[in-house]
Amino acid sequence: MEFSYSILVLALPLLTFLFLGLVGMKLSHKVAGVIGTVAMGVVATISYAIALTYFFGDGQGQIVDGVRQQIVVFDATWLQFTDFLTIKLGVLLDPISAMMLIVITTVSFMVHLYSLGYMHGEKGFQRYYAFLSLFSFSMLGLVVATNIFQMYIFWELVGVSSYLLIGFYYTKPEAVAASKKAFIVTRFADLGFLIGILILSFYSQTFNFLDLTTSPEAVVATAGGATFLGCSVMAWALALIFMGGAGKSAMFPLHIWLPDAMEGPTPVSALIHAATMVVAGVYLVARLFPLYLCEPGVLELITFIGAVTALYAAIVACVQSDIKRVLAFSTISQIAFMITALGVARPEYHEGVGYMASMFHLFTHAMFKALLFLGAGAIIHAVHSNEVKAMGGLRKYMPICNITFLIGCLAIAGIPPFSGFFSKDEIVVAAFANSPVWGAWLLAVAGMTAFYMFRVYYLIFWWNEPDYGHHTPHEAPATMTIPLVVLAAVSCVAGFFPFADYVTYNRVTLEHPSLLHNVMHLNWSAAIPSIIVALLGIALATKLYKKENAVPAKMADSCRNLWTAAYHRFYMDELYQFITHRIIFGLICKPIAWFDRHIIDGTMNAFAHVTHWASAQIKGLQSGLVQNYVWVYFVGALLLAVITWICII
Amino acid sequence: MEPSILCYLIPSLIMFGCGVYGFITRRNMLAILISLELMLNAVDINFVVFNRFLYPGEFEGMFFTLFAIALAAAETALVIAIIINIFRMAKNLDISEISKMKF
Repeated sequence: MEFSYSILVLALPLLTFLFLGLVGMKLSHKVAGVIGTVAMGVVATISYAIALTYFFGDGQGQIVDGVRQQIVVFDATWLQFTDFLTIKLGVLLDPISAMMLIVITTVSFMVHLYSLGYMHGEKGFQRYYAFLSLFSFSMLGLVVATNIFQMYIFWELVGVSSYLLIGFYYTKPEAVAASKKAFIVTRFADLGFLIGILILSFYSQTFNFLDLTTSPEAVVATAGGATFLGCSVMAWALALIFMGGAGKSAMFPLHIWLPDAMEGPTPVSALIHAATMVVAGVYLVARLFPLYLCEPGVLELITFIGAVTALYAAIVACVQSDIKRVLAFSTISQIAFMITALGVARPEYHEGVGYMASMFHLFTHAMFKALLFLGAGAIIHAVHSNEVKAMGGLRKYMPICNITFLIGCLAIAGIPPFSGFFSKDEIVVAAFANSPVWGAWLLAVAGMTAFYMFRVYYLIFWWNEPDYGHHTPHEAPATMTIPLVVLAAVSCVAGFFPFADYVTYNRVTLEHPSLLHNVMHLNWSAAIPSIIVALLGIALATKLYKKENAVPAKMADSCRNLWTAAYHRFYMDELYQFITHRIIFGLICKPIAWFDRHIIDGTMNAFAHVTHWASAQIKGLQSGLVQNYVWVYFVGALLLAVITWICII
Repeated sequence: MEPSILCYLIPSLIMFGCGVYGFITRRNMLAILISLELMLNAVDINFVVFNRFLYPGEFEGMFFTLFAIALAAAETALVIAIIINIFRMAKNLDISEISKMKF
């Protein structure tokens, strides 16, 4: 079979995980790290081979009648309950899964390499690499899933790996709390996902993605117009599945775990909480996109949630002082862009450009956000703090980091010719095509993105130099700067990749894909405003933060309430705390606990007390005198005999 | 003329009654053991007699009796050993004095 070697992409990381997990502690740090990194490098090479063969290989069934085919490489039965209810595991190749293979393996390989330097000498280094392999395995299994249940299994596995890696510094109480929070919040969302899967497959009688998406109208029709609370059952199912995606992708109001997840090691944040796992929700919606198209109401909900999240996260990111938190909120905001792009995509608007834009942005964002996180890791490594107060003037000490971080900022701000410009531009075009309101909304958020990213850039590399004392910051080692340079190079050129020729919602290919397609087909009426707002944002940040001055503090003072609220993330965590502790624990759990402790336990205790009391009363019968027992036995036997005798006659 | 079954059962009943009486009234452990043997032997007689009168030509009752005698011998050895140990501990064979095994 053409792609049969693709099973290696899953097998290698799994074996590496098992090997490092079982015998890792016997190995030295260096050997364990090199094994993990080399294995990931091999997986990346194989993934590139798969993707290149899939996209550019000449006609082994990848393209039929101008449509890219979805190739099922494997589909082995894993669990068979009945003839219909079967859970399979397999590998599905189509444009988005091939694209995701490249994204995941590239970023994962860069993070493996970078961690050799960043995690140098940490306790549990081997465990760290084992978990990274586990995560890579789970994430790759998620994207190549042939059916929704396989996706759900790997979905939970990435959740577990994320939990393990956030809690890597398990002696730190904040890290433990953050890992639990991430796990519980996403699990709560996954409950919705599971219910959605069950509703969907109950009516459609299949888990298989191909069956679900090739004839979505027929699948929706299987529900037979059943409704629940005024909405069709299928709309409920799809909305619940989106709830799972929203939890994983940190959409408002389920975003609260992502900022806390920054307690994990920084490369982990780059890999899991910026580039790959958090876009699983976007990928899920994209995977089931034909079904979502049949329920436009759900798409509108998705658009709304995405747009609200984008704005909310951008506002919060403007005032945070911890650089990893700024990046976390910027991630939330950018993923919200992708979600919104999917929400506004319709076949009738520019041939469903929103879908393509979402996937394109996912690709470019993974690269430049991983770059930004890894850059932030290098900075934190140099100054030993996450707070911007401890930074400033670093451009003199860390020139490579400065340039690569700047490239990342330019890419996320949407300045041509960096990659973020092209993908964000497509999203804005798609939003304008759907409704001018969403277009303007996203344009405004894009301006804020430019502002907060450059705010943090200036605070790190310009502003004023704090007293570094005798411990002057220095450039990171080569294992850390090489990934930065590679990702920066990708961020410079990825935008020119003619993405629209390869990834479209209906997988139709163009006749003559050309490398300059993106530039030639640029929608200048959307591109010029987006460049202008990005430049405005950068200009404002430059004015406020290039040199140390009192203006930002004064501005914060002039709208103190808003500033404080934004700094505290609009009290979302406190709201959750209130709802869970006061309402759920206080009003529901406490009475239930009282009932359990007093009524149920009380009944059982009463039995025990009665037994104890009764035995205390009659224990005198056991005198220890054998002849007494014999008397009682003898008399009893006589009595029984007499009674039996009477009964017989 | 063959004696009736009662000629055998009545002595065995008397034996059993003596055994019960002795078991309950005697204070000496050895006497209690003897009473116990008396009861066992009464039952053995019953086995043989019932076999002889109800199922002549078969031997289950006889065999059972043989087993019971063997068991009684083993049991006696065991009980004597226990009694010796109790005597070493309590310097006494009076069963009413030995009532440690109570609540």
